[in-house]
Amino acid sequence: MAANDLTTNGSGPAVRCRGLVKRYNDVVAVNGLDVEVGRGDCFGLLGPNGAGKTTTIEILQGLLPPDEGSVELLGLTWQRNERELRQRLGTQLQETKLPDKLSVLETITLFRSFYDKGVPVAEVLAKVGLQEKSAAWVSKLSGGQRQRLAVACALVCDPDILFLDEPTTGLDPQSRHQLWDIIQDFRARGGTVVLTTHYMEEAERLCDRVAIVDHGKVIAQGSPSQLIASLGAEHVVDFALEEGAAALPEPALLALPGVTGVHTDAGKTRLTVTRAHEAMPALMTLLRDRNAALTELTTHRATLEDVFISLTGRHLRDE
Amino acid sequence: MSETRYSAIRELTLWRVREFLREPEAVFWVFAFPVLLSFALGIAFKSRGPEAVRVAVVPGPDAVVVAAMIESDSSVVAVLVDSITANNQLRTGRVAMVIIPTDPIVLRFDSTREESHLARLVVANALQRVSGRRDAIDLREQRVTEVGSRYIDFLIPGLLGMNIMGTGMWGIGFAVVKARSGKLLKRFLASPMSKSQYLLAHILARLVFLALEVGSVLLFAVLVFDVPVRGSLVGLSLIVVLGAMAFSGLGLLVASRSRTVEGVSGLMNLVMVPMWIFSGVFFSSANFPDAIQPFIRALPLTALNDALRAVMIDGEPLARTAGLLAVVTAWGVGSFVLALRLFRWR
Repeated sequence: MAANDLTTNGSGPAVRCRGLVKRYNDVVAVNGLDVEVGRGDCFGLLGPNGAGKTTTIEILQGLLPPDEGSVELLGLTWQRNERELRQRLGTQLQETKLPDKLSVLETITLFRSFYDKGVPVAEVLAKVGLQEKSAAWVSKLSGGQRQRLAVACALVCDPDILFLDEPTTGLDPQSRHQLWDIIQDFRARGGTVVLTTHYMEEAERLCDRVAIVDHGKVIAQGSPSQLIASLGAEHVVDFALEEGAAALPEPALLALPGVTGVHTDAGKTRLTVTRAHEAMPALMTLLRDRNAALTELTTHRATLEDVFISLTGRHLRDE
Repeated sequence: MSETRYSAIRELTLWRVREFLREPEAVFWVFAFPVLLSFALGIAFKSRGPEAVRVAVVPGPDAVVVAAMIESDSSVVAVLVDSITANNQLRTGRVAMVIIPTDPIVLRFDSTREESHLARLVVANALQRVSGRRDAIDLREQRVTEVGSRYIDFLIPGLLGMNIMGTGMWGIGFAVVKARSGKLLKRFLASPMSKSQYLLAHILARLVFLALEVGSVLLFAVLVFDVPVRGSLVGLSLIVVLGAMAFSGLGLLVASRSRTVEGVSGLMNLVMVPMWIFSGVFFSSANFPDAIQPFIRALPLTALNDALRAVMIDGEPLARTAGLLAVVTAWGVGSFVLALRLFRWR
């Protein structure tokens, strides 16, 4: 049929949205959000639960109308090009319960049948590593297998853009890595990915660009390494002192070599540090001079989590 | 590589059919239960003819003779008991009359009770006849127990109608609400699948099972109870299909907004229970007062049951049921259109 009509390549980036606003009664879920995703990029919306990530990704997919703002995908809009867009997007939504009593093969075939063009079902089955489960009912699958099946249903139309809403939430590390491989494989073929996550590691591993979202707004945007660099430090040192010990004055800590920031919260002190090999001995000397004993000391390379903490003073996940 | 042709309608319909067949409980309730129910009711209400009238004869010189005279009529059973027991049994209704075999013979009974009244006629007649009374005029009896006028003949079309309503509404209503609460509808919405494909597939899957579920009850009724199918089978099939469509539409309407299975169950009962009661499934809807007859006649199940009975039992031509079928169709079209407007996909 008219398969060629569907590959019209409008100009512009894969995703461009401006000034998105979405309110639910009194709650503003998305509050003036701008995002732009280049073709072939992997873009991550990173933020805590309730930040507005899901609402945003559902607006992008034309499942929710925004109260304000504009959305353009592949140079097309939902108002004018819904039919074409639906053919070209692959979707995995949060908490979709696929039919229990269908087999894996039947489920993928069902979704394949909705699209004019796509990938042969057997090929998708192999891509997500579910060949051996082909005849198994969905109800018999593990959490990780179900999630791979959900992604298979998104990949079966050979999409230009793949939308993934928290694709690995609640999965064990092995299943998570399997999904990452599938996503990277899709990217290697030139596909664009937009995903939401609250796992830093996932965003750093998969995404070229990340938007950190809080209270419905983008509070920082860039590549993971740029964002981490914006902290002005590569390392983070956390320590706590014995109970009753006098807190170390902030200026004294800031005066240590290589220390760029100090943050104290509930008896714990966090230092952002450029040169750990200079800062650590100096910190030890300071502690000995003041007769303060440590009860806790950890150090790690700065992550997106630290970026979020430095921007909001809160952790991404409630632990 | 040759590209397989995929059809969304076919795959969606297959999904519905598979989901149903892979649920053994659903298969039981749709296919086995109606057959069991019609069997149980058919047995319970099997036509037996009137029961024999029981009377008591108390002791006396001629007690045995009198009892024998009375029992010359085969519809009376006379028991010999002492007078205290006899009076007790008369009071509690175990016997319809107490006979004291003196001269003259005394018949003790409660004239306000129907069976006592009957006993009085039958016993007096038997005694007189045996004692030599001659009939003044000749009477000829013609006994009738016609196929088509028994309870089971009334019941089977009603059960068919009830079944068509139940499976249509539950089958579609539950599936839709389950898909909505599991966010599957939303996932479908994100794909190019069209809404009409989804709804049409439900109805097609419904038709696949309709033939089986109606056929099984009908075949059972014909083979086991000798229930007649007097009108044309084509006409009957058409009525069944129309009924199924109408209740699919109603099921869709009831399920158009509910997000939980509990919520939709309540609504389903609200819609179906009045029809179980009023629409003449187990007993004729003519038993209800005239004032509410217009309401009863407007119900889709009443119209469906009446149409089924007209064609199946009375052998009416299909054209004679046009008015009833118009009611059924109006419900189907109306609820379908309304359901499409109200339908919530997420």
